[in-house]
Amino acid sequence: MTPTLLAALQAARAAKRPVVLATRLDDGTQALLAEDGTHGAALPEALVREALGALADDDSRTVEHEGARWFLHVHNPPLRLVLVGAVHIAQALVPMALPLGFGITVIDPRRAFATAERFPGVTVSDAWPDEAMDVLAPDRRTAVVTLTHDPKLDDPALDRALKSDAYYIGALGSRKTHAARLARLSALGHGVEALARIRGPVGLPIEAATAPEIALSILAEIVAVRRGAAMVQQKAEGAAA
Amino acid sequence: MSTNTDAEDIIATASDWLARGERVAVATVVETWGSSPRPAGSQMAVSETGRIAGSVSGGCIEGAVADAAKAVMESGAPQLLAFGVTNERAWEVGLACGGKVSVFVERLG
Repeated sequence: MTPTLLAALQAARAAKRPVVLATRLDDGTQALLAEDGTHGAALPEALVREALGALADDDSRTVEHEGARWFLHVHNPPLRLVLVGAVHIAQALVPMALPLGFGITVIDPRRAFATAERFPGVTVSDAWPDEAMDVLAPDRRTAVVTLTHDPKLDDPALDRALKSDAYYIGALGSRKTHAARLARLSALGHGVEALARIRGPVGLPIEAATAPEIALSILAEIVAVRRGAAMVQQKAEGAAA
Repeated sequence: MSTNTDAEDIIATASDWLARGERVAVATVVETWGSSPRPAGSQMAVSETGRIAGSVSGGCIEGAVADAAKAVMESGAPQLLAFGVTNERAWEVGLACGGKVSVFVERLG
């Protein structure tokens, strides 16, 4: 990789811009592609389309083009994790989530909780959850977990999450709490299908008791959903039934 | 929906080594067949002083890839390596899991 291309790749990653590095495997010819242009070698239009397709699918792969094999290496920004509630479980969850590659935001308007001291290395927002969520604009690479147990804080965040493409929405709380929550969100106009997107009680059923154990069960479920694991697909079907 | 993005930023680590004046090569899994342990896009960086970050398998082929990386950082010419259980040549290293994997090795910078 040339110094110029390496610098362009590093700049894109630092700016959290999605790019794909195309490498011709027989001679190492390379180009870096983004939605708005190309660095390095000029590529045929068909290959550019394939590269942008790989980027959209978030799937690095090797393709054949006019007799040559090209590796399309997708560099997407980190997956995002939004935690609502700067509570004890959030404190346990953050240091486990960081090595999994998440860019994390913790939202809690209660300023005693949402301090940088309690959450080193992550973005902390003391905005009201619906306002914070509007700014964050969760997409299909974002997971949202509410942890406060307080409808005033959790509900606005869940409302915004349900209106987004977030791939995972989880809400801490017992079955009874969750049923009441679904009734409130239903009153806000969310249908049965939308409400089935919320995983509650949150996390894989591993009988988690302590804050780190609950954090582990939540993160395991987020990974399972992301990877399409059979166990969570069954759970989703059960929730919808 | 699948991502092949590594949580560990191997390119950033490799760039740090490069900035400190070391020669560096990066190996990338570009294709897999069967039950290979790391998906396409997984990376391993190797420096001329023998530093290694990341992985391209469960530890089965990293030694051989590091050797190839040394040659690549000397010559500057990239290499495409293939590993699989069907390879019986003594100097090649196989994957115990029964998968096959193709690894592209290039000099960085």
